[in-house]
Amino acid sequence: MTHAVQVTGLYKSFGDLEVLKGIDVTVEQGQVVCVIGPSGSGKSTLLRCVNLLEEPTAGQVFVSGIELTHIDVDIDAARRKLGMVFQQFNLFGHMSVLDNVTIAQRRVLKRSKSKATEIGMRNLEKVGVAEKATQYPAQLSGGQQQRVAMARALSMDPDVMLFDEPTSALDPELVGDVLTVMRQLADEGMTMLVVTHEMQFAREVADVVLFMDEGKVVEQGPPAQVIGNPRHERTKSFLHRVLNPTHVEETAPSP
Amino acid sequence: MTTDTTVAEAGSAPRARLSPRKRKKISLAIQYAVFAAVVVMLAVIADWPAIQHAFFNLDEARKAFPDILAVGLKNTIIYTLSGYVLGFFLGLIVALMRLSDVLPYRAIALVYIEVFRGLPAIVVFMILGFGVPIAFQDYEMPYDPYGTVALALGLVSAAYLAETFRAGIQAVPKGQTEAARSLGMSQGRAMFTVIVPQAIRIVIPPLTNELILLFKDSSLVFVIGFTLSGYELFKFGESLSTRTGNSTPLIVAGLLYLCLTVPLGYLVRRLEAKQKRGRV
Repeated sequence: MTHAVQVTGLYKSFGDLEVLKGIDVTVEQGQVVCVIGPSGSGKSTLLRCVNLLEEPTAGQVFVSGIELTHIDVDIDAARRKLGMVFQQFNLFGHMSVLDNVTIAQRRVLKRSKSKATEIGMRNLEKVGVAEKATQYPAQLSGGQQQRVAMARALSMDPDVMLFDEPTSALDPELVGDVLTVMRQLADEGMTMLVVTHEMQFAREVADVVLFMDEGKVVEQGPPAQVIGNPRHERTKSFLHRVLNPTHVEETAPSP
Repeated sequence: MTTDTTVAEAGSAPRARLSPRKRKKISLAIQYAVFAAVVVMLAVIADWPAIQHAFFNLDEARKAFPDILAVGLKNTIIYTLSGYVLGFFLGLIVALMRLSDVLPYRAIALVYIEVFRGLPAIVVFMILGFGVPIAFQDYEMPYDPYGTVALALGLVSAAYLAETFRAGIQAVPKGQTEAARSLGMSQGRAMFTVIVPQAIRIVIPPLTNELILLFKDSSLVFVIGFTLSGYELFKFGESLSTRTGNSTPLIVAGLLYLCLTVPLGYLVRRLEAKQKRGRV
């Protein structure tokens, strides 16, 4: 059986800055993989390399057995298998919610208007914002916008969903709505690769947790192991800081 | 309270005789006085009957109608709108070339913008009016004089409009392209369904400004040379003035330009205010 996503020997540099230093990741069908780590560790860049929004400097990316990094690949066709949800939602501001979820179905998948509307509405209902279909993104709360963004990606029937810190731009009380929908997706068997700071979500929903630091995968395994009982010093200190943000370390150097 | 302290300070420091508030008041009074003096002087020395006879002669103004509307105004509107439509699409194409990954496209767009923005419009019109018919003798411009005028105004306005479109396209957040591409849209598809519609919305006020400028630039097409039926507002007023030896038709033409441009200027201010509200 082919892997849903397979990344091998991935390197990415921006000029002289080496962001990813040899990453190997495999996501199996139906798995939820959460990527955690400090900011600047390359988590988002890894995710953006998986659907080639960033071109890898070296290495290979396979999605459902197709090599996206191959020089002659039809990248637009290959991306249709990958849904992406962004930190900043990136809804199309000049279109209604319904148009946001149908435009790519109609222009890319060439679905009829009625078919696209039917599928779009079904996904809007699924994420709980169907009553906002005729409104414009600017009229919606952040949580609603992010759920529309999920419906937009789901309407393309992707094999894998990529989430790039989907709750980081949200007001705290709206985070729950988005995480609930993500949890529901996971329960339905969607293959998901999630970059997140929500440790609770990673612990409860992920099949595999990946801890990244300084462009490398430091530790990976089931959440009970990586989050519950980390082996590496860097993982321990990161989790310690994230889970006890008000705790002052005794060893903290005084300025 | 403030006055008291200032007065006390003025007493102790003899050089600061006036408070800033008083100085400002006196300075403004002087400015008003100078302005009023200039107006009064001009009003006294000007020969009002002569001015009225030469510029605001109602008999002469009446003679200009209705042809100044049926020919002059009509042609000004046709020339400007046809030039604007051509300039709009050409400008959009040049803007996309300017932002292209393909170096020759970028170079062509840059040269085009620099040349047509840098040349006085009247030079472009003369080259098109006299040079092109000589260069392409076996071909005839369709719908002349409208074809030549639309081409001339379109070529000039496209250079300005291209820069406006480029600014608009660059003002659309990068995340919009990324979202469109991640949904499987090609670069071109993303550009035309997602980026350009939002870019045009952003630049509607400057686009309207360009239309106002083009209404005025259309007065220069007289150098191409037409018969009476091709005269636009300025040429119509000018030729009538020359014929009658009275400048009133030019004033009429000028007022008709203002009838077109002032409402458009008002529209720009409304649109800008609306955008400002939208952003907050």
